Amino acid sequence: MIETLSGTDLVLERGGRVVLLGVSFEAVAGQALVLTGPNGAGKTTLIRACAGLLPVSSGQISLVGGNGELTIAEQCHYVGHLNALKTSMSVRENLLFWAAFLKIGSTETRLEDTGQTDKGSVRALVDGALEWFRLRDLADVPSGYLSAGQKRRAALARLLVARRPVWLLDEPTVALDAQMRDLFVDVVDEHLLSGGIVLAATHLPLPFRTKRELRLRLRADGAGSGPCISGAAS
Amino acid sequence: MTGFVAILGRDLRLALRDGGAMGTALGFYLIVVSMMPLAVGPDLKMLSRIAAGVLWIALLLSALLSLGRIFETDFEDGSLDIIAGCGLPLELVVAAKSLVHWLTTGIPLALAAPILGLLLNFDLSATPFLVATMLVGTVAISFLGAIAAALTLRARKSGVLVAVMVLPLYVPTLIYGITAISIALTPPGSPWPSFLLLSAISLASVVLGPLAAAAALRYQVQ
Repeated sequence: MIETLSGTDLVLERGGRVVLLGVSFEAVAGQALVLTGPNGAGKTTLIRACAGLLPVSSGQISLVGGNGELTIAEQCHYVGHLNALKTSMSVRENLLFWAAFLKIGSTETRLEDTGQTDKGSVRALVDGALEWFRLRDLADVPSGYLSAGQKRRAALARLLVARRPVWLLDEPTVALDAQMRDLFVDVVDEHLLSGGIVLAATHLPLPFRTKRELRLRLRADGAGSGPCISGAAS
Repeated sequence: MTGFVAILGRDLRLALRDGGAMGTALGFYLIVVSMMPLAVGPDLKMLSRIAAGVLWIALLLSALLSLGRIFETDFEDGSLDIIAGCGLPLELVVAAKSLVHWLTTGIPLALAAPILGLLLNFDLSATPFLVATMLVGTVAISFLGAIAAALTLRARKSGVLVAVMVLPLYVPTLIYGITAISIALTPPGSPWPSFLLLSAISLASVVLGPLAAAAALRYQVQ
């Protein structure tokens, strides 16, 4: 069972510039950790480092209670600013691809990984995800024709097509209307209830069931050199 | 392995559906080769002497056109972040995408070559060798090309840069490909040694291309 995703004394650089200096955090299973802070404070950078896209210059990111055979990134869902949808493929085709691709680190399919039922279970997962995000009527529409909010929902539906314990969400609710945002909060709550870890960066209020906030702040000495952490969990 | 197959399947579907890369490469190939007799004149002897060289160079240039797109679309729509972070080793991702490039560009170009060869009075007896060398040689073109595509991923309008980086790498493939064909056309001597060296280059690039391109991609997605 997954317990915590934590970082200690992280130093992260992008393009040779220190973006985060001495940040520590701990995301506990069942409780969302929400990253807030002004533009350029390093929210995206921190999330990309957890997703394995950015090497850690100093410090350590560790996952307690995960699958030891897999890297941290392989146990994560990463939803970034971009939706990762192929415009000429339908919503369903996009999700089927991600379901097949992301199955590698999935916890559930590992148990029921027995040929025949496999294809059926992937389809069932995709149908379930489409249902959750009210995308069933749009399932066969090429994703290039969707509105911004619908595209975002299709991107978020990826979270449900493969079961992964850690969700890394970067501005997940951008372009979503109020109703869809509540729907998304429900999805995240469900994940938290089942013992998942959520790390979300946001500027918008996200009323998750239980959450802690990690506020990243730009460093006071200005010069834009690099922000550092001040407030911890609240 | 499922991830490898998933990428392969998706990219093949996209290539067939969008049709851009394959159509551009074949169209360009047709245009360059059919211009050649108009430019050098109707001397059949000379045309047949330069045919193999023209077909090979035109093939290299046509394949080059779509190289830049190998990773570009995935990079632009954010798919590459997820593919690179949360799953398969990047080397396998590169291998899958290079393989798709070969299947959708290399094979159609190699198969079109004998037909275009008719325009250049190419000696039909050497056709099997022409197609064989091209099928084998285009493997190196796709897998080595992936390195340049990965390195120039963030550079906008990287066409010239890709060409400059990758054409020197193609020189051995070009030389052994042409040598095999010209020995096959002028009977004494066996074309096999050149053909085998050509195959060796392609096999080496299947291994080295993904390693190098994956290292470049790891840097690009930061």
